[in-house]
Formats: sequence, structure tokens, C-alpha cells
Amino acid sequence: MAIRSSALTWTLAAVVVAAGVIPILIPSMATLVVLILAKGIVVLGIIILLQAGQVSFGHAMFFAAGAYTAGFWGKYLGVGDLAAYLVVGTVIATVLGLLVGLFVVRYREIFFGMLNLAFSMVLWSLLEKLFHLTNGADGMRVPRPTVFGMAFSPENFQYVLLYLTLAIAIVATFFVQRFLESPTGNMLRAIKSNETRLEYLGVSARRVLLIGYVISAALGGIGGVLVAVAQQIATPEFAYWTKSGEFVFIAILGGVGNAMGAFAGSAVFELVRFYASAQLANSWQLILGVVLIAIILFAPNGLIGLWQRQRAARDES
Amino acid sequence: MTATVLLEARGLAIRFGGVVAADGIDLDVLEGEKLAIIGPNGAGKTTFLNIATGYLKPQAGTVRFLGREITAHRPRDITRFGIARAFQIPQLFLDHTVIENLLIAAAGHSGRTTLMQSLHDLPERSDMENLLDLVSVRDVADRKAGELPEGKRKLVDIAVALALKPRLLLMDEPTSGVASSEKFAIMDILVAALAKQRVTSVFVEHDMDMVTRYADRVAVWSAGKIQMSGPPAEVLADPVVREQVIGI
Repeated sequence: MAIRSSALTWTLAAVVVAAGVIPILIPSMATLVVLILAKGIVVLGIIILLQAGQVSFGHAMFFAAGAYTAGFWGKYLGVGDLAAYLVVGTVIATVLGLLVGLFVVRYREIFFGMLNLAFSMVLWSLLEKLFHLTNGADGMRVPRPTVFGMAFSPENFQYVLLYLTLAIAIVATFFVQRFLESPTGNMLRAIKSNETRLEYLGVSARRVLLIGYVISAALGGIGGVLVAVAQQIATPEFAYWTKSGEFVFIAILGGVGNAMGAFAGSAVFELVRFYASAQLANSWQLILGVVLIAIILFAPNGLIGLWQRQRAARDES
Repeated sequence: MTATVLLEARGLAIRFGGVVAADGIDLDVLEGEKLAIIGPNGAGKTTFLNIATGYLKPQAGTVRFLGREITAHRPRDITRFGIARAFQIPQLFLDHTVIENLLIAAAGHSGRTTLMQSLHDLPERSDMENLLDLVSVRDVADRKAGELPEGKRKLVDIAVALALKPRLLLMDEPTSGVASSEKFAIMDILVAALAKQRVTSVFVEHDMDMVTRYADRVAVWSAGKIQMSGPPAEVLADPVVREQVIGI
């Protein structure tokens, strides 16, 4: 269930302020916050599909589609504008989502997950092997773009990117939350609980899942553009299955019942990675593994579920 | 004046391996009637409902609804033509509340798949609340379907079917799994709701008290064939039916 909207508004406001203010106090955090928000946007798409009980182990393909839009643009068209990257990257991810979606929405559960994985690995090998087009495993550099026609210094650009990403994250969260409460969003959850009945209501479950799938692909593309621009590079790793797994991991970590879970999960994931990899170098994944086990055992509804449970307990007392 | 034929089945045949589930079923369902289907287990009663709703394709024969051939259509198309179905085991969205179950049905019926309007703000909401009143489950409107007792769930299942504004409702044992003390109450509610919405109904039933009290006509299924059909008093008095179906 959705959190009551007043609680959601206040939490959102607090998160927005934190995301906007912390990087001003600690400038080294700016890019990290962009990564948290951008990955959170991708994870919103994973959460949409999880409503229908479907786990995509290939969503990195849409993430890579967005990232490589920026990469190709830089290599073949010269330095572009961030707004153009975002629009074109989203369109390409959406079209790719529609094409792949038409095929994968016919399948459920493990078959759905594995088919997505297969498609993403095809894209990964193309990005690796078509060396003369994509620079192969080296990836494609993404030079710092202009923003709405204005060029910025590196110091200023990271803040422009941060606030633009924050604005997109807010709009995306609002959009996804509304979508999940809409008739179509409710039908997605109905696929999980009783697909047969849904068909007996005259509704095409495949069509409903396709709508969700295309929206989630578009979100993947947006996140991909933002991460590539923030890191100034797009590599085949962006399409690799471990990247898809990372998004699913973040979704489960944050909790799938609410759009806010995406950002809670993404923040914990990136912060753990940032600090654990500094301390433990090669074994930082161990920390993430322990965190995930703890979440599954003690908070099966994720961080957001934990928070909701506390609120409910407080309301009762 | 003759009543309109809503559903017209001709020569339906289907077998599953060695089991003959339909072997030349001819049946007309007339507008406004309440037709009960009785017969021993395995006679093909549910199979008939499955064929009429498009869940199974017969190996031979046709089904027409208001003159239109529906045999090869999918369940969701047949639903759109005006045939709704209630299930022996209620088929609800258990994670959704009762009113949400109905609103999803209403959205499916109207094709209102807007992406930005809340399900709860649909213009059909007051209609759906009235429907909950009609089947006496308004009190549980905001409870999750998964938390309801079986009797309530049966009624909600029927309300979901009625939300589709069907001409014909096919019900598989509407009172099975319900305490016998509740059965009459549930059927009273159900029959009144159907009359109010002018919905023709076909229901599979094992309880002869229900058939006698609520059906206008009875069709007796036996090994994939219709053995006999007619008014309940006449059919249930037939010695062969009494022996084979009722077991007296």
C-alpha cells in the first residue's frame, strides 16, 4: 500500500533538502548524490515491474541504451546538450523497451527474468565486439555537455547536473507513484495476485504489463544518460548482468511497496559501496551481502517497509 | 411473445483423453431466466461454463451469444460481449480491498486505463458502492479481499462479475464452501441483485433445495450430455434423475 500522502510529502521534502544541501557542504559528495538519484530513477522502473511480480534481470540494457546515447553523440556528433541527450536517450530506451517488451510480456517469472537477461547480454556483446563503433571494452567517453545551451566549468557543472537530476527524480517519483495508484497500476498488481480473473474482466494482462515495461525502460534510459554524464564514460559493463542484478538488489533493499524505496535503497547501496570499498578494497561486496541478508531476514519489505512498520506502531500507541 | 435467446449452444463436443466432457450439448439460455445445471461430478458442467466463456475450445460445435458466434474467442473478448463469470472458488485480487476489486473491474469494463488518475477517483466509484450495497458487502468495502470469510468472498466475486454490467452471468456453485445456514441468505441476496440488474443467470448447483427454490429451469447433465431439462418440480420428480443425480 502507498504511504499516506502527507507523510510521503514530508519525507520527500526532507530527502530533497538533504540531497540538495549536503553536496554544498561537502562538494565531494555531489557526484555520489547524482549517482544515487540516477540509479534510484532506474530502480523506480524495477519497482513497477515488481508490482506485477516480475523480476527483470536485464534492465541494464535500457540503462546502457541511455548511457550509450550520450557516448555515441560525443563520438560522432561532437559535444551535445544534456537536454538533447536526455530526450533522445529516453526515446531510444522507450523504443527498445517496446520492441523487447512485445516479446517478453508473453512470459512470466523465471522465463521473464531470463529472457530479459538474454536480451541484455546480446546488447552487452554487441557493445564489446563492435569495437570500431563502440570502442569495445574501453567504452565511450562522454565529454561534459552543455546544459540548455550553456557551458559550465567542471565545478559548476556538477551542481547543475545535481539539481537537474534531483528535479528529474522528483518528477519521476511523482509520476510513478501516481501511475501505481492508477487503474493500470492497480491492474499490474492484479497480474501478481490473479491474472486469470484479470482476463475475465476483459483486460489484456499482456497489454498492462507492456505499458509497465515500456515506462520502466524509459526510466532506465533516463538513469543511464545521467550516470554516463556524471561519470563521463559509458562502458559495456553498463549492460552487463551484474548491473541488472544491482538494480534488483537496490529495489529489494529499499522496498518495492513504494516509489520512495528506490532512493532509500540506492542511497544505502552507494554509500556502503563508497565507504566499504575505501576500507576493504576487494571485499566490499561482502558488506553488501551481509546487508542484503539482514534486510531479507529482518525487513522483508525493505527499508521503506521498516519505516512504515515503525510509523504504524507509533500510530497505534 | 417468445423470449430472446441469449446463449445458444449447438453440438458442443470435447474430450480430455478418454474422458468425454461434452458429447453433443445443445442448449438455449433465454433472456431473464435463472437456469440451474445439475448432474453428478465429472458430467461436464464446469466444462460447459469453460467453453461458454472461451476458456476451452470445443472440438466440435458452436456457441452463439445474441446471434454472434463466440466459440473461438478469448475469455476477455467474451467478457466484453456481455458474459461474466463467477467462480466456484472466488477469484479475487486478494491484496486489494473489496472496493478496489470492483473498481478494477469497472476500469476493465470501461477500458479506462488512464495512467495518472487514481483508481479511487474513477467516476464509477458511486456505482460500485451501490453494487456493494446491493450484494450486502458495503461493510467490508475497505478490507482486503484476502481477509474476508468465504461467504463474503463469494458475494464479492459476484459483485465483481456484476461490475462488468453483463447480460448473462455464469456461476459455478455460488454457495459451495459456505455454511448451510448461510446458503439461503446468500442466494436471496444474489437473486435479488440479479433481478435488479436484469441479468440472466446460469448456475451450476449441487444442492437441490437451492435448485427448487431459486431456479426457473433445470438442465440435467450426464456424461457430457443433457439428459433432461424443464421446470424444477418436473425434473426433480423424474425417477431416473432422482436415482442418478440426487441419489435417492
